[in-house]
Amino acid sequence: MESDAITADGVEVTGYPDLARRYRVSSVPKTVVGETHEFVGAAPEGMVLKHLQEAVQPAEAPKPEVEP
Amino acid sequence: MALISDEVVTQLKQEFAALKEPVRLAVFSQALADPESEQVKRLVEELGQVDPKIAVEAYNFVLDKEKAESMGIKRIPAIAILGQEKDYGIRMYGLPSGYEFGTLVQAIVDVSSGDSGLSPETRAALKEMKTPVHFQVFSTPT
Repeated sequence: MESDAITADGVEVTGYPDLARRYRVSSVPKTVVGETHEFVGAAPEGMVLKHLQEAVQPAEAPKPEVEP
Repeated sequence: MALISDEVVTQLKQEFAALKEPVRLAVFSQALADPESEQVKRLVEELGQVDPKIAVEAYNFVLDKEKAESMGIKRIPAIAILGQEKDYGIRMYGLPSGYEFGTLVQAIVDVSSGDSGLSPETRAALKEMKTPVHFQVFSTPT
């Protein structure tokens, strides 16, 4: 709600075995952030934010300067 | 028989009394391909009867394909929790029963208020984010 860049799905996973396999959901609640980060169980707000920032870091980090 | 009991309806009326702005619930189902998805449609329609601020839009996943695509719905049953004008990108897949029913109710309250309830620090950090990120929280029925 605080950022138009962020979307969120709640998935009752028993109805979607393909997603359970794809994201290797073996215990719940499991949260997948982007396609690269994940955590299991409840997490405090700051921890969720950290996962989020790590998930976007490759895209938002400045590109390394290429030596001529 | 109603999916939401009279007792729960009474509780919901109290909870929804605090709703600020109207909320739209777009539900996608398809009776032929997924009979269980009709349960979700019924649940959402019953929710819509609890409070006049909750409007229900029921779509057929096959017949309303363009609508589904425009909302990024790729599977059913699906519920999009939308503000009157604004789509915050909040979706729920599957039948929201048990604990997840509470999650749906909370999502309705949050979207209605337009307030995430997050700390000022988190809000500030989120405002800086420009790269699209998609969260998926997986649960099982409780």
